Amino acid sequence: MSALFSPFISKPDNVAQIMLRVLLALIPGITVYVWYFGPAILVSIFLASITALGTEALMLKLRGRPITPFLKDNSALLTGWLLALSIPPLAPWWLVVVGTVFCIAIAKHLYGGLGNNIFNPAMIGFAVLIVSFPVPMTQWLTPHGLGQVELGFLDQLRYIFMGALPHNVTLDAITMATPLDTLKTHLHLDEHVHEILDMPIYGRLAGHGSEMVSWGFLIGGAYLLISRIISWHIPVAYLGTLFLTAGIFHLVEPDHYVTPFFHWFSGAAMIGAFFILTDPVSSPTTNKGRLIYAAMAAVITYLIRVFGSFPDGTAFATLLMNICVPLIVLYTQPRVFGKNTKQNEKGRLQ
Amino acid sequence: MRTLYKFHGGVHPPSHKAQSTQAGIAQIPLPTRLVIPFQQHAGEAAKPIVQSGQHVLKGQLIGIPQGFISGAIHASTSGTIAAIDAQPVAHPSGLPDICATLIPDGKDEWVKRESANYTGLSPEELREKLRMAGVVGLGGAVFPSEVKLKLGQYKVKTLILNGAECEPYITCDDMLMRERAEEILSGAEMLRYILGAQEIVIGIEDNKSEAINAINQAVNITGIKCEVAVIPTIYPGGGVKQLIHVLTGLEVPSGKLPAEIGVQCFNVATVYSAWRAINHGEPLLSRIVTITGNVRYPQNYQVLIGTPVNEVVAAAEVLSGTLGYIMGGPMMGLRLPYDTVPLVKASNCIIAVSKKIFPVASPAMPCIRCTRCVEVCPVNLQPQDLYWFAKSREFGKAQSFSLFDCIECGACSYVCPSHIPLVQYYRFAKSEIKVRSQEKLNADKARERHEFREYRIEREKTEKAEKLAAKEKAVLEAKERAAKANESTAVQPEVNPVAEAALPKELT
Repeated sequence: MSALFSPFISKPDNVAQIMLRVLLALIPGITVYVWYFGPAILVSIFLASITALGTEALMLKLRGRPITPFLKDNSALLTGWLLALSIPPLAPWWLVVVGTVFCIAIAKHLYGGLGNNIFNPAMIGFAVLIVSFPVPMTQWLTPHGLGQVELGFLDQLRYIFMGALPHNVTLDAITMATPLDTLKTHLHLDEHVHEILDMPIYGRLAGHGSEMVSWGFLIGGAYLLISRIISWHIPVAYLGTLFLTAGIFHLVEPDHYVTPFFHWFSGAAMIGAFFILTDPVSSPTTNKGRLIYAAMAAVITYLIRVFGSFPDGTAFATLLMNICVPLIVLYTQPRVFGKNTKQNEKGRLQ
Repeated sequence: MRTLYKFHGGVHPPSHKAQSTQAGIAQIPLPTRLVIPFQQHAGEAAKPIVQSGQHVLKGQLIGIPQGFISGAIHASTSGTIAAIDAQPVAHPSGLPDICATLIPDGKDEWVKRESANYTGLSPEELREKLRMAGVVGLGGAVFPSEVKLKLGQYKVKTLILNGAECEPYITCDDMLMRERAEEILSGAEMLRYILGAQEIVIGIEDNKSEAINAINQAVNITGIKCEVAVIPTIYPGGGVKQLIHVLTGLEVPSGKLPAEIGVQCFNVATVYSAWRAINHGEPLLSRIVTITGNVRYPQNYQVLIGTPVNEVVAAAEVLSGTLGYIMGGPMMGLRLPYDTVPLVKASNCIIAVSKKIFPVASPAMPCIRCTRCVEVCPVNLQPQDLYWFAKSREFGKAQSFSLFDCIECGACSYVCPSHIPLVQYYRFAKSEIKVRSQEKLNADKARERHEFREYRIEREKTEKAEKLAAKEKAVLEAKERAAKANESTAVQPEVNPVAEAALPKELT
């Protein structure tokens, strides 16, 4: 007999399948990534995956938890993939490994494992890396067709694992700052937005190549919405507020503030809106709470991007808003059926 | 057309209703033994009024209702009472309960039945008749119908008939509506008369087109004013508060009764039984039960109350691979501890369970707060928080998050991708809270008693001490007096006491 107590039936679904569908939803973005920046990102994802699974198994063993069911739940893989996608593809192997170990061991298991982490584990890993190793964290690959030289896959592998470049190539020749970073640097030099955006690293809306990767994540995000894995509240509130905030600044001073579309398709905005802020464990459980959480995360993202010292703000915005989740949830409880109804306003108890 | 309203959430589990509606309602042979519990209804158990060895007739009262909320119990057929003792029954606790064991004599001989025309009787008389006929809610809650018809200060505008039957597998109300629609409507008109309601609305889910047609036809034939509302098929659309909301847009306030918002709701089978009780003088002796699941002939049967489950399912031929039985539906039903337990007034369905029908559930994983449970909760609760509070035994918080508004419909557990038995946690928390508040009550009483005892002892002590003191004083005074008396007898005072008293004044 299946269960001792009712209900005796359940919808055929499980955590592993949900996580798997989220992984699948990342594939369009990853494909575009490979198209524009070469296969190095696949190496990072692979490294992060095996490190994540290994750390997960070790932590489960140390905590005396069953290993197989938790390894099969795909949640560690997802954390690994998200971290790999948020660090430069040409980053040395140990950077990926250190970051992933931190995500799984500290941010996930020390808080109690699956379902108990207060912070988004991938963003904790990212924050640790960008604070501890700022230099390799800002060496992003130049998109296909823009650099003076392009490394072949074998050369990329050699650099990732051994730190060695071909003798006539310098690191500067194959890497660059991100479009957001470049924008910030040039704005500090009092250049105008339209002059900066004329640079070859910029495409139609934002950075050349990276804007297309954002489109890939948008498509994957649409799949998550359609398959009802995530609700619309977080992505809509996040992108909406980011658009609104950036729009106001842009309208007031278009020479100094880029268009809202630039913000949408730059950095981690898209992957953040659909894949990171929507992490069910570390985000609010009420719909109203989700709107507040995502809207505030968007404002923080914008402030960090434009006025802060880091080029992108999605990760820190996520972590800052993670702290506020219990409070947001407490104050956004929906009305329970039969309580505080308009029809019995007189008999109101609470 | 009535405007229909939507309640929050709900699920669409596979219905599995088709297999048991292929044939009409069948009779099963008279069982060899009937076990009739005296507690088949909400409220107090009926008091047995027959003895072991006594011969009873079909429809004879064997248990009289006790107190305000209770129901009468009758012999389902004629025969001899073999025993009145504790027997295993279908109850979540698994504890046995007082039952009458009846060995049928095979004659099925009725007591004298008094059929009546309800229009000639007052609502009070009708209520008393329903009470003594043992009519209780047959939708599952088995609340005495007569109590629901006693309104007190409230006025009921709308009488709702519940023909939603939202749980998968169960089709007993569906078949009843198909076959006995006119009697349901007559019963409804009678209840409307008792309640003084203005309108009758029957809510039927749109997956029961034949029942809908039958009721419509019966409305035309009988001319009884009853609105047939076809409602969307969604679980738990047949929950009382949910159905009332769908049909009227009103919400029954938390912790209140439907009558307080001018609505009263009865299951169609209850209405039918009430009609039989008054118009035919037949107390509630049988009900329609769906036998389905792993059986060769899934069908609805008219079953005498007290028939053991194994005798009922035998009629439908249980297939091999049957691991046990569920009483009720797969969402809210109860797994039976033994297949010898009797069918009672609450039993609407028996499902023979096999691995194929209800596959082994995967082990529970941690909650990832995906809030699928929130999306489907018909009461708009936060099941993931209630689970957390129940698990960590933070019962106060669970209560402040409206734990007691949970109707235990199981929609949350049904959709949980982590396969957490959420409803079990809520049942646990509710019973813990009830036990604790009872314990607190008991502790308060004990403390009061103790304090009173202390006070009494103290009081007695002081009283004793006072008495003692008084006694000593009296003794002392008596001694003094005796001494004085001795003195006075020895030396006669020359002075007049009055003059003596006046002396000092003169001196001052």
